[in-house]
Amino acid sequence: MSKRYLVRRLLHALFLLAGISLLSFVLLELAPGDFLGEAKLNPQLGPQTLAALRQQYGMNQSLPQKYVRWLGSVADGSFGVSFAYNLPVSTLLWPRARKTLQLTLASLFLSWLIALPLGVWSAAGRDGWLDRGVRAATSALVALPDLVLACLVLFVAVRMGWYRSGDAALPVTVLVLAALPALVRHVRSAVLDVSGQPYIRAARSHGISGARLWFRWLLPAAANPLASLFGLSVAGLISSSLLVETILGWPGLGPLFLEAIAARDFYLVIGPVMLSAAFLIAGVLLGDLLLYALDPRIRVDT
Amino acid sequence: MKQLLLRWRLGISSLICLHVAVLAAGFLGPYDPTDQNRASALQPPTRIRFIDDQRKFHARPFVTSPGDARRYPLRFIVAGSKYRWLGGPSSRIHLFGVDEPGRIFLLGTDEFGRDQLSRMLWGGQVSLATGWLAALLALSLGLSLGLVAGFFGGWREALVMRGAELFLALPWLYLLLAVRAFLPLSLSPWTTALAIALVIGFIGWARPARLVRGVVLSAKERDYVYASRGFGASSWHLIAKHCLPETYGVMATQAALLVPQFILAEVTLSFVGLGVGDPAVSWGSLLAPIRQIAIIGSSWWMILPALLVIWTAWCFSLLGDNESIDG
Repeated sequence: MSKRYLVRRLLHALFLLAGISLLSFVLLELAPGDFLGEAKLNPQLGPQTLAALRQQYGMNQSLPQKYVRWLGSVADGSFGVSFAYNLPVSTLLWPRARKTLQLTLASLFLSWLIALPLGVWSAAGRDGWLDRGVRAATSALVALPDLVLACLVLFVAVRMGWYRSGDAALPVTVLVLAALPALVRHVRSAVLDVSGQPYIRAARSHGISGARLWFRWLLPAAANPLASLFGLSVAGLISSSLLVETILGWPGLGPLFLEAIAARDFYLVIGPVMLSAAFLIAGVLLGDLLLYALDPRIRVDT
Repeated sequence: MKQLLLRWRLGISSLICLHVAVLAAGFLGPYDPTDQNRASALQPPTRIRFIDDQRKFHARPFVTSPGDARRYPLRFIVAGSKYRWLGGPSSRIHLFGVDEPGRIFLLGTDEFGRDQLSRMLWGGQVSLATGWLAALLALSLGLSLGLVAGFFGGWREALVMRGAELFLALPWLYLLLAVRAFLPLSLSPWTTALAIALVIGFIGWARPARLVRGVVLSAKERDYVYASRGFGASSWHLIAKHCLPETYGVMATQAALLVPQFILAEVTLSFVGLGVGDPAVSWGSLLAPIRQIAIIGSSWWMILPALLVIWTAWCFSLLGDNESIDG
């Protein structure tokens, strides 16, 4: 693998993250009201105290000053200070991020583990009973929004007495169910695409069949479009996990983020935003590297 | 092909029914959606009966309330609470109802004793209007930026495409919430709805812009475009007459995709408490009580708004051509 390709991609990712942080700073700067807006109503806090707090948190500074200060805090790994908790954002963020990663990685692994054989099997027995079943199930599930899916699963779980707060089984179930239909469909169509190619017919006519045809000729070619799908599935999972965590009570980034928005806790809003973007970019990059490893054609122009 | 047409017809007719029902919320719903009644909190759907406790059959269906022996016959076209047609002329006529003090809750009541059917219908007005408005905004923004980027190229293209990349590099929901965070938390209901539509439209432009740019890139290379340019046609003429019509197909499929996605975005925001709040009602705020374990443990009918949202999403998915991948 060429180092230049990797370096270029990493630089691009860095550029994107810088752009996102700048955009969020500008947007949040425009926001009316800040964390101390409500503190003003508190009679126990005098104007001097408020002014001192403002000074301490650097709320009086101009946007570029704030941004530079924040960049400094990124460099020392603290990501700014949470007003509500009076703690560095990083100490709040990392435990939550670990929880979210546990959830999304488990779901990512499980959903691909199920989607790959199911899609291949469905394509292999095209228009058979399994294929028809899979198609019906996926087209019913694919239109189902994550939010509602999570609500329905919670409803069933509570009714059946399965619900336990802090249990990973339910959120993972929802995330896998949310990701699965699209994945299975894409795997199926990728395999079908390849199996219609002339070289597969040629291989068949040469008497190559069974496992050799599948593993040597069919699947490697079909893996190609799936590598880029991998990055997209990461993006989908991160978005859905925010809702799923909130609804099913999983202490990940999602609930923290919502809480921070409601409290106008500026840096605690920026933290999860940057982290989610970093996850997404990492997912896409991983997908591209996978593609790079799988497909010799794209190595030419790098 | 025939099956595709059938799906499309099914989708479009269900959607028309849905929108008409939601527009006529005041007429179809028997009560005011904000009408609280602590005495009837969390009541299951009212049973419509033909046979009374004495085993006597009545031709006109009736309802009874617990602890009240009287029969309340179901009446059609009755006078009830006052409402306005789309904010315009006011009226008191409802499609059905029962005489006071009887109450009819076809889909049960929430924890404040408000009629769920009326709330679902009224909530649809906010959710659907927000979704459509946001989609209109995102599509027009995406279309104009995509046209400019694709046609002129150069720095304009670089600017638009880098911007789109920035917006697509964030997980959609995080982006939505982050942009929502810069608006005041509590506004009047319709201002909130409008603001949310603006937010969603503002962040949703990137994908249509990219697609439109792709179409325009190939459209502007056509021979007749060169010919037209040779005859001295201006850039704006070329964009309007030759590039714009080529984008209609992309725009239509994007609309079928974005409208339900944006309706859902509003539902999500209201669900997490960053959207439309009391006294206004949206499908999102109707779903919010589901998060309370005690409520869904005892009251199954509170899940019904979720089915309505599923149905809406499903209708829209019939319009989008998502079956093509099944080959």
